[in-house]
Amino acid sequence: MAKVKIPRQPMPEQDPKVRAKNFDEVPFGYSPEAAVLEAKRCLQCKKPKCLAGCPVEVLIPEFIEKIAEEDFVGAAQMLKVRNSLPAVCGRVCPQETQCEELCVVGKKGEPVAIGRLERFAADWERNNAEVTIPEIPPATGKKIAVIGAGPAGLTVAGDLILKGHEVKVFEALHKPGGVLVYGIPEFRLPKAIVQAEVDYLAAMGVQFEMNAVVGKIITVDELIEEEGYDAVFVGSGAGLPTFMKIDGENCNGVYSANEYLTRSNLMKAYLFPEYDTPIARGKRVAVFGGGNVAMDSARTALRLGAEASIIVYRRSREEMPARSEEVHHADEEGVQFELLTNPIRILADEEGRVRAIECVRMELGEPDESGRRRPSVIEGSEFEIEVDTVVVAIGNSPNPLIPSTTPGIETTRWGTIVADEETGKTTKEYVYAGGDVVTGAATVILAMGAGRTAANAIEELIKDK
Amino acid sequence: MNEIVSKQIIGPAVYRIEISAPRIAKRHQAGNFIMLRIDETGERIPLTVADTDQEKGTVTLVFQAVGKTSEQLGAMEVGESLLDFVGPLGKPTHIEKMAGVAICVGGGIGVAPVHPIAKALKQAGNRVISIMGARAKELLIMEEDMKRSSDELLIATDDGSYGHHGFVTDVLDKVIQREGAENVGLVVAIGPVPMMRACCKTTEPYGVETVVSLNPIMVDATGMCGACRVTVGGETKFACVDGPEFNGHEVDFDELTKRLRMYLEDERAAMERYNHEMKDHKRCYES
Repeated sequence: MAKVKIPRQPMPEQDPKVRAKNFDEVPFGYSPEAAVLEAKRCLQCKKPKCLAGCPVEVLIPEFIEKIAEEDFVGAAQMLKVRNSLPAVCGRVCPQETQCEELCVVGKKGEPVAIGRLERFAADWERNNAEVTIPEIPPATGKKIAVIGAGPAGLTVAGDLILKGHEVKVFEALHKPGGVLVYGIPEFRLPKAIVQAEVDYLAAMGVQFEMNAVVGKIITVDELIEEEGYDAVFVGSGAGLPTFMKIDGENCNGVYSANEYLTRSNLMKAYLFPEYDTPIARGKRVAVFGGGNVAMDSARTALRLGAEASIIVYRRSREEMPARSEEVHHADEEGVQFELLTNPIRILADEEGRVRAIECVRMELGEPDESGRRRPSVIEGSEFEIEVDTVVVAIGNSPNPLIPSTTPGIETTRWGTIVADEETGKTTKEYVYAGGDVVTGAATVILAMGAGRTAANAIEELIKDK
Repeated sequence: MNEIVSKQIIGPAVYRIEISAPRIAKRHQAGNFIMLRIDETGERIPLTVADTDQEKGTVTLVFQAVGKTSEQLGAMEVGESLLDFVGPLGKPTHIEKMAGVAICVGGGIGVAPVHPIAKALKQAGNRVISIMGARAKELLIMEEDMKRSSDELLIATDDGSYGHHGFVTDVLDKVIQREGAENVGLVVAIGPVPMMRACCKTTEPYGVETVVSLNPIMVDATGMCGACRVTVGGETKFACVDGPEFNGHEVDFDELTKRLRMYLEDERAAMERYNHEMKDHKRCYES
């Protein structure tokens, strides 16, 4: 068994001190040599367990085998059989709790680096080969409208265009990608990669209409009744920011993570004044929350020149919902962690600018319904942290725009759209939904999985229509 | 798409441009606004709509060049296009036939967003009294449009160069007294923040419903970012989706004023850079 002796290949990355000052991508990716070595660690299991961990069931052993054979383009094409956004997923999927967690090699040592290999193959194809467009079957004459050009919507579009249907994606913002372009920073997911994946869909024939706020310029009912769409997929995401509802939250210098990241990522405020959109370049920045979005915000603050970027989180590190890799990267770059700490008030100067936050210390008690230990306030532990910028990254809920303008679509009390888990079907005929608008804020790959499910159900619906 | 089909300079640094945007023109209702981005490096800015023409498929914007983006927009010529043009956004004005009179007050550039509201109120069968004000006569805009959309048009200038010598609030107060507060169905006041605040102070003792349209900083304008947070009746609202119109008696104008100043320094820097670039551009062009 020579195979298992090869150690898991590390992926080289920028030095933390250097990268904390630039917006370039953190990891450099595998070299072909490292990729082949890593691919050879795969046991090519007859009954692979890894697949079960992947929401879109990427042909994992098959694409890895292609890499081992040094057929990198073949590997990319194998990936694309099940996943239209491999370069994205190779970067932002939490593989450690999905495919890699189930990898047999990982039982005794470290699992095969499936995510890094996925990233390598997709990047190789994009950078070194003519991207081949799969053959599209003859037009069926059926039309599908996709609302939202995020991970869920792009997956639906990619799946259904391959069936020969006409697919049009309506996007409210001026660039396609959803959270991939407005939320996830350049240093974690270069925007050129998202654009390349979108271009691939466009080359297959998917139409994109930007600046189209469905619910305003056109309604779901009008898409079906007047524009003749046979089915509509709603993948409008979880775009409504949650605030703490504490005093001082409307002071100048307090951002929702959505605003902070949208300014920096979508509007390229980090390049101000070359780009016109400004952003506060705080010297001392506090970020409330412990998820990936909080890590992205804290790391963005460093890159915008912050001397101190501080995560303020009410539980301990173990309970943080962020991927361990993100926490680790943030830590390496110098992000500070005020754990078991809860902000209770934002203090401002006379001009209404943030000058400090008042916090209390917390302690952990018994587990709550989420299974995490419930934090409670330590009486009399109030203290202040001096900051000039605050980013609130405690979560998002779905934007009510589409449910509120679409009679017949039921929502839950959290504002998420009610959709059947097996099909993505909503309570309204011909309308399907998936991704964060159904689950509440979750991951890119789960949204893609939901898109896949809905695309299959839509295909079932319209092929007999 | 989004081509500028006509352009007029209607006051000092005040422009009226008509954009070809048939779907938005068809869909627009009084009180809605649009977002635009001029080019790839541009910012997204919200602008109120001064008029729409469904037949021509155009949306008319009136704006004052006060910052980098509005300067740049003002420098664009007929035939050029905007990269992004999004609408209609925000909630439309609640228009109904009321028992009482509707009073529409526009201050400075605020006359532009008041115009479609006055027009819609009149079309709904209301008697509309409009009051428009500016510092001086040459700063008054859209007088003819407002005349057409109102049953009575009153004017105030700070320097007395035209109409009443004083503020729109003086005229507003007189009109409410003349008509009797109980006969006033609605006051709509749009303009600079101090003017809207003053109008609300004027109407408050009379208990007359007063609607203002707020113009906070926005980024996406679809409810995603919360840059446009305003406090209304003690609650945080997003002006882009919950507004832009609110009950003026409940708006925290102090907070709004402070929040509008958030990027003053950056705006100044962007403006200087733009002027500098334009000078260089001119120099190249001339030599």
